[in-house]
Formats: sequence, C-alpha cells, structure tokens
Amino acid sequence: MTKMHMVKALNNALQQEMEADASIMVLGEDVGVNGGVFRVTEGLQEAFGKDRVVDTPLAESAIVGAAIGLAINGMRPVAEMQFSGFSYQAFAQIKQHAARIRQRSEGTFSAPLVIRAPSSGGIRALEHHSESPEAFFTHCQGLKVVMPSGPYDAKGLLIASIRDPDPVIFLEPKKIYRAFKEEVPEEPYTVPLGKAKVVSQGEQLTIISWGSMLKLCQKALLQLDQESGIELIDLRTIWPFDIDTIITSVKKTGRALIVHEAPRTAGMGAEIAARIQEQCLLHLEAPVIRVTGFDVPFPQFALEEHYLPNVTRILDGIQKVLEF
Amino acid sequence: MQRFEVEYVQVLDTEGHVDTAQMPDLNDDQIKQIYHVMRLTREMDRRLFKLQRQGKIGTFVEARGEEASEVASAYALRPADWMVPSFRESGAYLMRGADRVKFIQSWKGDTRGFIGDEHCRDLPVSIPIASQIPHAVGLAWAEKIKGKKNVALVYFGDGATSEGDFHEALNFAGVLKLPVIFFCQNNQWAISTPRSKQTASATIAQKAIAYGMPGIQVDGNDALAVYKVTREAIGRARDGGGPTLIESLTYRLGDHTTSDDASRYRSEEEVQSWQAKEPIARLEHYFREKGTWTDDYGTWVGHEVAKEVDEAIEKAMAIPPPPPENLFNNVYAKIPPVLVEEKAELEKEWKAIKAEREAKKEGAP
Repeated sequence: MTKMHMVKALNNALQQEMEADASIMVLGEDVGVNGGVFRVTEGLQEAFGKDRVVDTPLAESAIVGAAIGLAINGMRPVAEMQFSGFSYQAFAQIKQHAARIRQRSEGTFSAPLVIRAPSSGGIRALEHHSESPEAFFTHCQGLKVVMPSGPYDAKGLLIASIRDPDPVIFLEPKKIYRAFKEEVPEEPYTVPLGKAKVVSQGEQLTIISWGSMLKLCQKALLQLDQESGIELIDLRTIWPFDIDTIITSVKKTGRALIVHEAPRTAGMGAEIAARIQEQCLLHLEAPVIRVTGFDVPFPQFALEEHYLPNVTRILDGIQKVLEF
Repeated sequence: MQRFEVEYVQVLDTEGHVDTAQMPDLNDDQIKQIYHVMRLTREMDRRLFKLQRQGKIGTFVEARGEEASEVASAYALRPADWMVPSFRESGAYLMRGADRVKFIQSWKGDTRGFIGDEHCRDLPVSIPIASQIPHAVGLAWAEKIKGKKNVALVYFGDGATSEGDFHEALNFAGVLKLPVIFFCQNNQWAISTPRSKQTASATIAQKAIAYGMPGIQVDGNDALAVYKVTREAIGRARDGGGPTLIESLTYRLGDHTTSDDASRYRSEEEVQSWQAKEPIARLEHYFREKGTWTDDYGTWVGHEVAKEVDEAIEKAMAIPPPPPENLFNNVYAKIPPVLVEEKAELEKEWKAIKAEREAKKEGAP
C-alpha cells in the first residue's frame, strides 16, 4: 500500500495495464511529452514510446473516431478528452458509433475503448472546463459511464474499464485529483463496473452521490452526530447503474437524498428518484430530495461557488428529508 | 511558394477507346469479373428498388451510375484490407463477396445481415455523413502498429467533404502517415445540394494538398481508371507512403434514396448527359472496340446476375424478422442487470402477443 492522490492512482493504473497488455495505447491532446494537462499520463511516453502514447492533432471527434477504428481492429485505446466540456465535439462519434457498433454488427465488431475526461467544477477554470455530462452519456445506450470519487476506486475502476469489452467514458472529477490521498495497493486490482459502494451504513436516511460530491457529503456528515444514522452510497458506475444496492438501502431507511453536481432537471438524480418510487414507494417516509447544480449553464468561475452544491445545501437537504 | 497540380486520370473515353499509356495491369478475365459485379449491382438495385415500392424492404439506396466507382475500387483491395462504406456502396460489398442474402436482409432493417466471421473486414453501413471516415483512420493505424501491410479504404460522398470529420480524419492520417485511401464518390449531388454549393474548391482532390497527401481526380465512370488510381494509392499505402485522397467523378443516376424525388431539384437534360457516360455501357464499348464482346456474353451475364439476385431475394424474403429479444442482445457484451429487467418486460409482452395470435389462428374458420 502507498498513499496516493487520484492523479497518481490513475497514472499507476495506466502504467500497469500498459505493461501487461501491448494492445493498450493512450492517445489525445498533450498526453505524451507533456503528460496530460493534469499529468495523469505523465511518464507514459518515456516508458512506452511515441507509438503507444500519442500526441494527436487537436481534434476530439477524430480522437474518438480513430479510437473506434483502433478498437475494432484489436487495439485497446485509452483516449483522453482534455476536458469533458470538449467531449461534445466528439459526441457524435460516441453516441452514433462507439455505443452502437456492437449492436449494428450483431457483435461482429465492438469498440472496447476508454474515453477519459477530466470533469466537473470547483477549480476556478475557464468556461467549458467544468461540465458534468454524465446524464448525456447515460443516454448513449451501449456506453458505460463511470465516475470515481477517490484514488482507490479511481485505479480499480480505470483498470476495470480498460479490461471491459464495452466502450466506457471515464469522468474524472478534477477537484479531487490532488485534494486527498488514500491507501492504494501497488499491484493491479479492479473495482467492478456496475456496482455501487455503501460507504457508510445507517438506518435513518440514504444519501446517493458520486464523483467529487461524495467527499462533500462525507464532510457534511462530519457535522452531524455519530448517531445520525445516515447511509452513504457511492454510485461509482453511473450507467448501467446498481439500482439494487440503492433500493435495498432505501427499503431499510425509508428516506433518500441524492446529491450530484450536474443540473437537476433530467439529471441522474431524477432517474434514481423515479426508480425509488417505482420500486419501494411504500417504504418511503418522505419525498426523495435532490441537492444538485442549478438548471443554468455552469457559470464562469466568479460565480462557481454559488452554483456548486455545498455542505450547507446538503445539510439542508438532509434536514428536509428527515423532518418531513 | 510551392505550386501544385491535380492530375485527372481517364483510361477509357465515353466511346470505349483506350489510352494505352494509362492502361492498368488487368487482363480481360479480370475486367470481365469487374463487369460482372457491376451488372450484378445494377440488377440488385433494380430489384431492391421494386421490393421497396412493394413495401417488402425498407428505404433503399440505389448505387445506379456509380458501379464502376464502387466495384473497380473494391476490386483493387485484398481480402485482409478494410472496406469502410457509407450507405451507397452496394457495389463494393458485392465485389468483396458479401453474402447476397445477408446483403438483402440488411435492407430489411435486420442487423443480422451485417454478421460476419472473424475475417470480416467490411464495416456495416454508416449513415451519419462523414462519420465513418475517422474509423478508417483508426483501422489503418492499428494495421500499421501491428506491422501489417493491410490498408483501409473508406467511401464517402462529395457532401461529406463539408463535414468536420472529413477534415479531422484526413488531417490525422496525413500527420500519422497512415495506410488509408480516402475515396470520395463525387456523384455531384448531396440530396438536393449540388457539388457547386458544397465547396468553393475547383476540385475535391486538391483538398489533399493541405493535408500533405496526394490527391487525384479520376473518371469515376471508367472502371479501368478507377482501378488504376486505387491500385496505385493502395500500393503506396502498403509501402509506407501514407494516405491518398481520390476524387471519383461520377453521377448518381437515381434518387438519393427511395424516399427522394430528384426531379424536384435537377433537370432531365443533366441526368441524360450523364446517362450517356454511364459505366456499364462504357465497359461494353471497350470490349467491342477490343473485339472481345459478343451479344451472347452480354445476355449470359444478364441471366446469371438475374438468377443470382432472384435466388438471394427468395431466401432473404423467407427469413423471419429478428426475435424481439435481439433488442437487448448486443447492446453490451453481457447484458447488465438493469437491462435484464427491461428484457423480461418485453418478453412478457411478446409472449402475450404470440398467445393472442395463436388463439386467433385457432379460432379462424
């Protein structure tokens, strides 16, 4: 075990997978010589050469489109979108082809690729650098959507994503890239896709969250007494999600709060709330409440702190559900 | 400043006279093989068009007029090379040996028509314009990484050259020097938009210059010329010489699809002027000029392709639609639990429908 922050854990995952499997390659803007603008791919080009860690022209659609061709033809590309806000330039390739080639060809061809994209806000970046697009990508049926909440899961989920036979978009919350360290095993390991994690157990309320919001929820919980009885679930795989873990928990607690950074309307919180009422309405003691970003464009950073969910809003949400 | 020229290649003029200096290395048997598949493509078009009008298949895309462009270029490929089509490349599929029954099945909206074995190097039809071009870049890139000599050839139309993916893909391939052949079927029309409104470039081939690759214009209704330039581009790509952009000057004699009516936007005179240059008659002129044509041969080919298409249609029409659960079967490699529930919902509904149908059958007089 070594203490690592998320950037190091992701780098470690890439390093080990590339050592183990020569078909894995990294491509994207500034991922080689520069090691990626967040240094997630630092040192990889020195280790594996310019043919496996490729600085591409600045073209998101072709990065994903070429990765699709590479994947169809036996490679395991890990493509980087420099920021998830620029993944929209590649959206057509992701939606129309990466997610559909398996079905279109009845399994003759598939595109096992990973698209890594630094995501979400909180680092005072320029416009378009703070998006949380997980709901868009969840509507790309055939794609898997993953968002880790800390270094341990980041390594295990990235390795699982690289080994997965389906295309995965891997959204990395930038705010927690270097915000804290965790014990991370030195050897390769996987954290299974499609499995949520019960982070802390409780009997009174279930909080469902993911990405950078998970740590924020934990912060909020620290302000409550030990006996608050709150169960915290990290969704980890946004789609296809582990609804069973959520339903089991809500059946026990009777109350649910969902916290995510993306806008509220038609966000993943809406889907989770809908499933909760479909599957365990009679267990509910209170309406399902959402604490989310507002239904406005992610602001320029002068107003970012007012947009992002914070501890106060989470505590208010908790109070609302508990006191209903 | 560097100066550039765009070469235009024609081997056969419209009367079938050969420019011997340009004649590719093809014997008459090979040319007859190309001719045969061009006729097959024309016949397949004719019959599938009718089937669409009878409501037996879905929207269909005719390749009529573009047979030389498609068949002769595909003829230049080896089986291990990649063929990346858009949606009008019937001739390329048929030349590559696509199963005729499955080919028709795919036009019944049945993805089982695109099932191939592990040697399959023909991608399924790609509908969004230009979006398949970057895939060819990736396929070719993988060949280069693996140290193989295989290439990828990607088809797209003149309209596709206005899309961002065209630019991004050619730029990538130029920078990475990949073995890709970008084969533009300039058939003059993108539905109702003429080539002149698509780009202010004098030629599409000249766009290659900006990407650091050769660009060449070819008479796309001249099978021999198409073969020649494609073969050369493929040879260069195999030898590590990188990509080529080929602009094949041809003409869509039919409507855009069976849902289109081209008489709304183009004149009959224009269509007729291209009809006179159409590729099948051109090859027949060539054989006549050479003295290797007999009317019996022409009739025989007609019978052969009609029989082949007949048999394939009969088999394809007999295939029942895919089972409803196919909806879920290849979305992911392994169906995830959330979809298992939805699949069960569908199966329940389907069971009820089947039971109802059975009951109706039994109750029938």
